[in-house]
Amino acid sequence: MVVDTCSKQQVLEWLANVPDPEIPVLSILDLGIVRGVEVDEVVTVTLTPTYSGCPATEAIEASVMDALKGHGVDEIVIHRALSPAWTTDWITVEGRRKLLEYGIAPPSPSLDIACPQCKSLKTELVSEFGSTACKASWRCCDCLEPFEYFKCL
Amino acid sequence: MSSEQTLIAYTLRLADNALILSQRMVELVAAGPELEEELANANFALDFIGQARMFYAHAGHLEGQGRKEDDFAFMRDEHEFRNLLMLEQPNGHFGDALVRQYLFEAYYFHVLEALTKCSDHGLVEIAERAIKEVKYHLRHSSQWLIRLGDGTPLSHERAQQALNDLWRYTGEMFAVDEIDTSMQADHAGPDLAGIYQLWRDDVAATVAQATLTLPDDEWMASGGKQGQHSEHLGFILSEMQYLQRSFPGATW
Repeated sequence: MVVDTCSKQQVLEWLANVPDPEIPVLSILDLGIVRGVEVDEVVTVTLTPTYSGCPATEAIEASVMDALKGHGVDEIVIHRALSPAWTTDWITVEGRRKLLEYGIAPPSPSLDIACPQCKSLKTELVSEFGSTACKASWRCCDCLEPFEYFKCL
Repeated sequence: MSSEQTLIAYTLRLADNALILSQRMVELVAAGPELEEELANANFALDFIGQARMFYAHAGHLEGQGRKEDDFAFMRDEHEFRNLLMLEQPNGHFGDALVRQYLFEAYYFHVLEALTKCSDHGLVEIAERAIKEVKYHLRHSSQWLIRLGDGTPLSHERAQQALNDLWRYTGEMFAVDEIDTSMQADHAGPDLAGIYQLWRDDVAATVAQATLTLPDDEWMASGGKQGQHSEHLGFILSEMQYLQRSFPGATW
């Protein structure tokens, strides 16, 4: 597919519907791993992995392929960029809002982690490790709900 | 050895270290002493597998003969692996595995830091990615070393025994050979003598905090970097490579 039939903006809109496989409320745009889209004779999408061993990397690349093919794009190149390395600073404001709504505390540079349920700041770290490499386990001391915190990276 | 060959050989050492350590860590999956540790180990093993893949892919690209990550991991024999001897040692008890992790990561962190400033763009990119992970691993392994050393009399005794047993493998990390020398000279690679000082200071501080005693430097084992391994590597490979050996090229 060439320039006259598909714009960069359109590709970005399609990508906004590709979910992250591990946190499906987030799109790959919310997560900040789409580092570039070029529309030429081919559509080139540049993605960056969150962690070196992130098992979702291949799944995400396949989803991007599927999404674009579903919209009739045949010539797709997916470029994996390692540098600059992904950081949680790239999670968008919208992404942070969605995380919180989903029950995951978004990354915070301070250690005042608010409980996603009752918003209390009286929370404590249970474990630095969680269900995936990017999350830690926390607990609210007021409502006593356990919750996950997206670690700063 | 040309400067290009040096770069490939050096990159394969990095890849083999990450792969063999991750394979040892994978052996511990589902055997963690508690859930937190189970998750930490599995996540860290995954980081190392990811790093190994990036290093292998880069080596294959530099080599330009079409070898892929899987070809390096699954289709080479013991003598072609260039990992450090320490990383292929059996896991032993939790303290043994943990001390190995700490001693290696304290070294690997500085190596990666140096590689972020080397002249090979591919290695710079991988190192920038990997150092973020290793910094976090190191926080975990150093905290555990302190907890074990400054814990109960039994955990102290076992941590000290692990440190004593593994110490003989630490020399190899800093034993400079032709590849290290030309990596530093031709590609602005790590200065191992400088890193040794940093590593030694870090380790001495953590060991002191853990109320443990730094072992004396006596005889140091070496050979892994040149492909001369202990008997343990063969067992690791026979398990890790089984499928690709029995069904070459199998996919699913």
